[in-house]
Amino acid sequence: MIAVVDYDTGNLRSVADALHRAGAEFTLTSDAAVLRRADRVILPGVGEASSAMEKLRERGLDAVLPTLTCPVLGICIGMQLLCLSSEEGDARCLGIFPARVRRLTPADPRLKIPHVGWDTIAGLQTPLFAEVAETSYVYYVHSFAAELCPATIATTDYGGGFSAALHRDNFYGTQFHPEKSGATGARIIQNFLTLR
Amino acid sequence: MLAKRIIPCLDIRDGQTVKGIHFEGLRQVGDPVELGAKYASQGADELVYLDISASEEGRRTFTDLVTRIAARIDIPFTVGGGIASVEDAGRLLEAGADKVTVNSAAVRNPALIDAIASKYGSQFIVVAIDARTVDGRWVVTTHGGKRPTERELFSWARESVERGAGEILFTSMDHDGTKNGYPCETFARLSELPVPIIASGGAGNIDHIAEVLTRGCADAALAASIFHYDEIPIPVLKRELNRRGINVRL
Repeated sequence: MIAVVDYDTGNLRSVADALHRAGAEFTLTSDAAVLRRADRVILPGVGEASSAMEKLRERGLDAVLPTLTCPVLGICIGMQLLCLSSEEGDARCLGIFPARVRRLTPADPRLKIPHVGWDTIAGLQTPLFAEVAETSYVYYVHSFAAELCPATIATTDYGGGFSAALHRDNFYGTQFHPEKSGATGARIIQNFLTLR
Repeated sequence: MLAKRIIPCLDIRDGQTVKGIHFEGLRQVGDPVELGAKYASQGADELVYLDISASEEGRRTFTDLVTRIAARIDIPFTVGGGIASVEDAGRLLEAGADKVTVNSAAVRNPALIDAIASKYGSQFIVVAIDARTVDGRWVVTTHGGKRPTERELFSWARESVERGAGEILFTSMDHDGTKNGYPCETFARLSELPVPIIASGGAGNIDHIAEVLTRGCADAALAASIFHYDEIPIPVLKRELNRRGINVRL
């Protein structure tokens, strides 16, 4: 069973809708026991990192998430919370991925913040990107991003490179929104659902 | 590299897609969910749904429609039309919208922009501005271009961004529906703002769209009738933009 972590950070519907389209059954939950029994866990998130981190702590999920052994996918803020820290609200995060999350500061002043729209991913690694072509377009909307690190499995360049996706052990994360990335995103979600 | 976006716009009245010239003489062009799904499969980068229902019942129908769109469509979509409060915006977020646009209500009550941005984030709010030239000056209008206001385009756009607008969607009421192209100098000036600019109103051919994305420096082009009536199919448009060296998602 797939568990989508419901920790009151706004809209879970887009992830839920994407799972429906993928034909997957899932439950929305913040119950630690349900998360421990799950076959897959998705940690979505929109909003601000430090308050999202606080909401995880209020529910005791900061202690539970790092102990999970099933495949876990963090999306956007959900991925950032799995990193070491975030400059947004000066948040200490869960430290699963060895990367800091920093404000995007593109070298080219014509590049606007937030980074919103369709951008390309490259250097694709791991089965999360099986059958996804190099330089495929995915949908982004963010102002902060994880730096490049040994756990980086995809990169995007926006006036400087950042981690488009991360992987360590059973944990995966995407800064982009696979649930809003058309056929490419659907493929990535399907890949996550069939990871061994 | 970040792609320039092509955004079909669907005007919705009482749950059906319509498109009129200068907002008058409306005629129906199809089921909103099916039409949106068709555009998404053809390569649209985003969709905008504007509710132009006049009645309370029409607006309820629209919220139900947003739920159905969210279930079906796997690209981002923005909704607008008649959003006058944080509650209106929240209801559409709950229904599954990725962004909302506010227009007349923000002109009347600019604090609405701050309120929506602080509750749901700047990425959730697009400020739509309709303006026409009066004696060489861009005057902001409301109610589909019918009512001129005291506000001037560039200062209102800047104020909107300062209040938290994540994007600006500008429609020239001088050009909307004419198919004569966009006012590119005006877009180039708007694009000095630190947020993405969506160009709307006036596209009649591929040259117009190419110009506003290059000379006009717009981040996205929004159009309705050229797509609804299949005058320029999206795949043809994007291939041609790509051929001209404009970065689009193919």
